[in-house]
Amino acid sequence: MIWDFQGDRPIYLQIVEQVQLRIVSGYYPAGSKLPAVRDLAAEASVNPNTMQKALAELERKGLVYSQRTAGRFITEDKSMIEQIKQSLAREQVDEFLKKMQALGCTVGEVITLLSQMEKEEIK
Amino acid sequence: MTPILECQSLIKRYGKKEALSSVDLTVNRGRIVGLLGPNGSGKTTMIKIASGLLTATEGTLRIDGKLPGTETKELVSYLPDRPYLNDWMCVADLLSFFQDFYRNFNREKAVEMLARLNIGLNDRLKSMSKGTKEKVQLILVMSREAELYLLDEPIGGVDPAARDYILNTIISNYSENAAVLISTHLIADVERVLDDVIFLAGGKVALTSSVDQIREERGMSVDALFREVYKC
Repeated sequence: MIWDFQGDRPIYLQIVEQVQLRIVSGYYPAGSKLPAVRDLAAEASVNPNTMQKALAELERKGLVYSQRTAGRFITEDKSMIEQIKQSLAREQVDEFLKKMQALGCTVGEVITLLSQMEKEEIK
Repeated sequence: MTPILECQSLIKRYGKKEALSSVDLTVNRGRIVGLLGPNGSGKTTMIKIASGLLTATEGTLRIDGKLPGTETKELVSYLPDRPYLNDWMCVADLLSFFQDFYRNFNREKAVEMLARLNIGLNDRLKSMSKGTKEKVQLILVMSREAELYLLDEPIGGVDPAARDYILNTIISNYSENAAVLISTHLIADVERVLDDVIFLAGGKVALTSSVDQIREERGMSVDALFREVYKC
C-alpha cells in the first residue's frame, strides 16, 4: 500500500485514516506488531514527529496499543475493527449516493442498477 | 531547555541595504523547521550568521545560548547553497578532510550512506553529476553528530528522485536532541518533512507556525499559503 497525502489537511490526520484502512483491509492484521515510528516515518516520507502524533491519536482511539518495551501493536478487538470497517463503508456509500443524486438517480434506481450490474458480472 | 537557535532583534546591513531587519525567532531541539521565503528575503544571510560566516550588525543570535564562535561551530553543521568542496578531491579525501576538521564526524555512518548509493571512495567530485555532488555534500554534513543542522537550499537544482533521497536522509537522521533548519523555496517538496515554518519577507519574519496549524486553520497547504503571501 502506498502512502498518499493531500495538501489541504494535516498530514497526521491523513496517516490516521490510512492506518485505519490498512487495519480494516487486513494489511496490518489484528494483534500484529507495527513497525517502529522511525521506520514508518521513513516509509511514508514524513517527519517522525508527525508519525508519532498520528500513532498517539490511534492509541487514543484504542486501535493501537503500546507495550512499554516491545513496541506498538494493532488491537486484537476484532469487533472494533469491524465497527470501523462499517463506518468507513458507510462514508463511502454516502458519498456515492450523493453523487448519484446529483445525476438525478433515486436510491431505488441505484439499487436496481447495482443488482443489474451484479448479474452482468456473474455472467 | 535553552533553544538551540534564538534571534533577538537581529539586524544585518550590507552597506545601506538592510538584509535582515529586527528578526526575532526561536528554534527548539527535535524540530525540523523550514526557513521559507522568495529570493532575497534574507534566508542565506540568516544561516550565514548562525554558522559564524557573517556577523550581525545589531541584535543577537545565540546557538544553545552562546554567541556564534569557536564553541558553536562544533554544534552547527552547515550545508552551503553552492558547491564548496575542492573539485579535485575524491570521496576518501573528503572523509579525511571532515574527520580532521570535526571531532563529531561519524565516518562509519558516512561510509555506509555512500556505499548504499554506490558511490566509490575513489570517485572524484569533479567527475560526479550535480545531483551526486549534492548528495555527497549532504551525507558529509548529516554525518556530523551536531545539534543544529543548517541546510541552505539542499534540494535546489536536483532531480525529483535525488530530492526524495535527500529528504529521506534528513528524516532518517532525525534526532530528538538536534534541530534541522532547511531554507528553500521549493515548498511543495519539503512540506511533509517539516514540523514548523518560518516565512521571511524582505528581511522580516512574516509568519511562524506549525505546518499542522496552517493546514488545520486555513485548510490549505504551506505551498498554497506561500503563494498567497508572496503573490507578485
